[in-house]
Amino acid sequence: MSALGASLSPSQSPPGRRTGASPSWRLSDRIGLGFAWLLGLLFCAIAASIVLYFLIEGIQYLRPSLLVTNPTASVNESQTGGFLDPLLGTVIVALMAMAVAIPTGIGIAVWLSEFGRPSALARVTESCIEMLAGTPSVVLALFGTILFEAPALGFLSQTSRGIVLGQSFFAASAMLSLVGLPMVVATVREGLQVIPSHVREASYAVGKTKIATTRRVLLPAARPSLITGSMLGLGRVIGDTAVVLLLLGGTLTFSNANSTPVLGTLRGTGDTLTGYIYYNAPTGDGNQPSKAYAAAFVLMLIVLALNLGVDFALRRSRARLWN
Amino acid sequence: MDEDGLLEEAYGLSQDQRAELLLGALVCVVVALLVAMIAFVFHEAWPSFAHNGVGWFGPGGSVDGQIQAIFTSGELNQVAVWTFHAWPLIWSTILITAAAVAIAFVGSLFVAVFMVEFAPDRLKRVLEPVVRLLASVPSVIYGLLGVLVIVPFIGDHLITEHEKASVTPVIQLSGSSVLAAVLILTVMIAPIMIAVFADGLRAVPRGWLEGSLALGINRWRTFWKVGVRTARPVLVAGTVLATARALGEAVMLSMVSGGVGFSPNPADGLIFLFEPSRPLAATIIANTEQLSSPPMKHTLYAIAAVLLFSAAMLSLIGWAAKQPMKRYGVIA
Amino acid sequence: MELRKPPPVRRLSGSESVPLRQPPADSNAHANGHGPAFVGRPRRAGASPIAIDRMQVEQLSVAYGAKRAVDSVSLPIRQGEVLALIGPSGCGKTTLLRSLNRLTELTRGTSSTGRITLDGTDIASMESTALRRRVTMVFQQPNPFPMSVFDNVAYVLREQASRRPKRAVLRGAVQDALGRAGLLEEVADDLDHAALRLSGGQQQRLCIARALAANPEVLLLDEPCSALDPRSTKLIEDLIVKLRDDVAIVIVTHNLQQAYRIADYVAFMYLGELVEYASAQRIFGSPRERRTKEYVSGAFG
Repeated sequence: MSALGASLSPSQSPPGRRTGASPSWRLSDRIGLGFAWLLGLLFCAIAASIVLYFLIEGIQYLRPSLLVTNPTASVNESQTGGFLDPLLGTVIVALMAMAVAIPTGIGIAVWLSEFGRPSALARVTESCIEMLAGTPSVVLALFGTILFEAPALGFLSQTSRGIVLGQSFFAASAMLSLVGLPMVVATVREGLQVIPSHVREASYAVGKTKIATTRRVLLPAARPSLITGSMLGLGRVIGDTAVVLLLLGGTLTFSNANSTPVLGTLRGTGDTLTGYIYYNAPTGDGNQPSKAYAAAFVLMLIVLALNLGVDFALRRSRARLWN
Repeated sequence: MDEDGLLEEAYGLSQDQRAELLLGALVCVVVALLVAMIAFVFHEAWPSFAHNGVGWFGPGGSVDGQIQAIFTSGELNQVAVWTFHAWPLIWSTILITAAAVAIAFVGSLFVAVFMVEFAPDRLKRVLEPVVRLLASVPSVIYGLLGVLVIVPFIGDHLITEHEKASVTPVIQLSGSSVLAAVLILTVMIAPIMIAVFADGLRAVPRGWLEGSLALGINRWRTFWKVGVRTARPVLVAGTVLATARALGEAVMLSMVSGGVGFSPNPADGLIFLFEPSRPLAATIIANTEQLSSPPMKHTLYAIAAVLLFSAAMLSLIGWAAKQPMKRYGVIA
Repeated sequence: MELRKPPPVRRLSGSESVPLRQPPADSNAHANGHGPAFVGRPRRAGASPIAIDRMQVEQLSVAYGAKRAVDSVSLPIRQGEVLALIGPSGCGKTTLLRSLNRLTELTRGTSSTGRITLDGTDIASMESTALRRRVTMVFQQPNPFPMSVFDNVAYVLREQASRRPKRAVLRGAVQDALGRAGLLEEVADDLDHAALRLSGGQQQRLCIARALAANPEVLLLDEPCSALDPRSTKLIEDLIVKLRDDVAIVIVTHNLQQAYRIADYVAFMYLGELVEYASAQRIFGSPRERRTKEYVSGAFG
């Protein structure tokens, strides 16, 4: 008699006579568990080999001089210099893009979470941000080329013979801020939404305005999410290649638009580490795998540092919150 | 005092109203920009679609040859050539993306389950940061890995000389292939899926899991039937996210998929895994130099429009898939 | 109309417990008038005809790391009786309950000595999942799965059967379990209703139905009514008394009135020790131990 069919209560059937009940761990369960273990360990192996591979190759080819020399165009591999300019390019582009993305992202997230009227606009905004998150960066890059070639925006890049070049650090950073924006919006918004309503009510109850509450109570409480979102966005910005390829010009070194130091560089073209790697991969024009390995290693170190920074900042913020 | 809003502003709008207007304006600007972008892309894409009609999506001749013709016609200011049949590119995209997402989904689900529930503590502590790290590695590095390791391996060890000879008239088998693309793409999107899945699985209320254990259901079944089932919206979200990444992956795929507008035919047998191809996004990257030629520009925008449309469709599908789950109280 | 003299001020003296109000005549709470006053008639209708030994706890001690949560407890668990575990917070009653179905193994660092037997077999020698099918548990917070009512109850049946049973086959068992839990009339017309949309009391009865669907020999209840309103509480208490002939019931409760109402036997625990185990009549009437008397009369808790 299976455990199913028994409408007799156990008091009427002697204990232990529960025939037909299946064993607790069926074969399919064991297979499933085994499969989970197998894939888990397989993943560990793959991850370890990827990390080790780049570690080994990178250390082999990375010399400190590479970090501080400018790249030079040359056929001879030993004379092509280092990647200082691309490295700086990555830093510049990341800073500029996040300088736009973070405030904008916070603003949009706050509006969506705390205000959000009219609701039609809120829904449209949510859909737009979601679409932006799923849009390939190639498409954004393509749009950027048209946008920045418009004469009205010529001041953001160089113009020669009446044709706006449309490729500069400004252009690339602007589009990259769109790449990092959805991450910031999504995480900050979630961070604000998980704050229970009684925190807000307590603040309104003493007469504070919504915006003051947001600035002084909610955003500080959502700081871990803000940090996570910014770091995630930053990671996407640093790792992007498509926008860089189309909007940064791909010149090995910074090429100044005119003589003004900072502004000129930003209006000029350059490269980032990702573009440099692409260029030096066997499929690229430069084809110097050794340099590509070295640059990849540096890039991975930057990403690793970013991740560690996130973990560290999160732990500190959480510790402070709970104290 | 005034700053904290304890005293209401004396003139016109209150602090909150001003803030709302300001933020609302910001939102409007961003939304307007995005809507303009979408409209613009489709506007620029229209000529290419108009000239080709539905055949734009269909097969018809060598895609690479057509691209060349389009480019030169614009470059040399001749009568613009518009003929473009993108099927090989579309097929390549579908093939590579679908295969990678399918493999990554199964693998990531099991790895996420393992990571959240069954892994020993020390392994858990190592796995979580590793997954996060791998998820944030730039795609060009995966491309580098593919080009320097996978492609030579396939080209030298997996493809036999005989196979190479058999297709020489048509294409060259060099290792850059469907297989390479699928492998690297899977490895690239798996950490993203694992991270999202693991977050969702961790958020399952412990009361449900404990309740199931207390009813005599074993750990595996409990986690699978209650935990994974509860996390289904997260599974959908993670898959949609990964598919969007895979679709839009241009740079990495242009490095490993073969760079030839060829349509791999499964009917050829296993050899089709070794055939080169080029997905849509990679095509744009491959032809960025040619943007100066107007018909080329419109054609590339048409490709971008297709990508944009697919991304939108994905979001919609994801949303639709979550709706039935909300019925029983699964938090979507 | 003469002015009534106000009643004299009573002075509380020493450790003697003083009744706060006169107990009504039909209360069989105490024999000598000095015990605590429990209002109302208890629901237990005298001794049950059945009293089958189901589980035996022998010198059980459970420790979380260095801290001893349960200290050398021995007591029997019988079908036909409702056993209530009472005591102040932290006295180990929940730990004891969770040891009965080895749920304590889920917490890290738990160690235990002593023996618990189910129908003569040491539960440590059984497979934990097999044990938990015979000894099921209902928790304090109702935790129905995010599925329909039908699926919740059928969950256990589906997962325990070797082959996936058809819905028609399950229907009978599901309805039976819902009937035993007193929920059938309320959900009969729509068994596909989302379980999480039921009220708190209904959800808890659904959890009881789910636990009963496994046809357990022992049903453990961990403060099942503490999150519920009085009406639901009454329904569940009636249910528990009705079920005692079919299943051995152990209930942990903070609510002394509840224990008074439904328990046949009561075990009072304090700081991990089993202070007194006796029939409810004795515990609430004339408890032997001083600590029991103090707790039951509300001197601490």
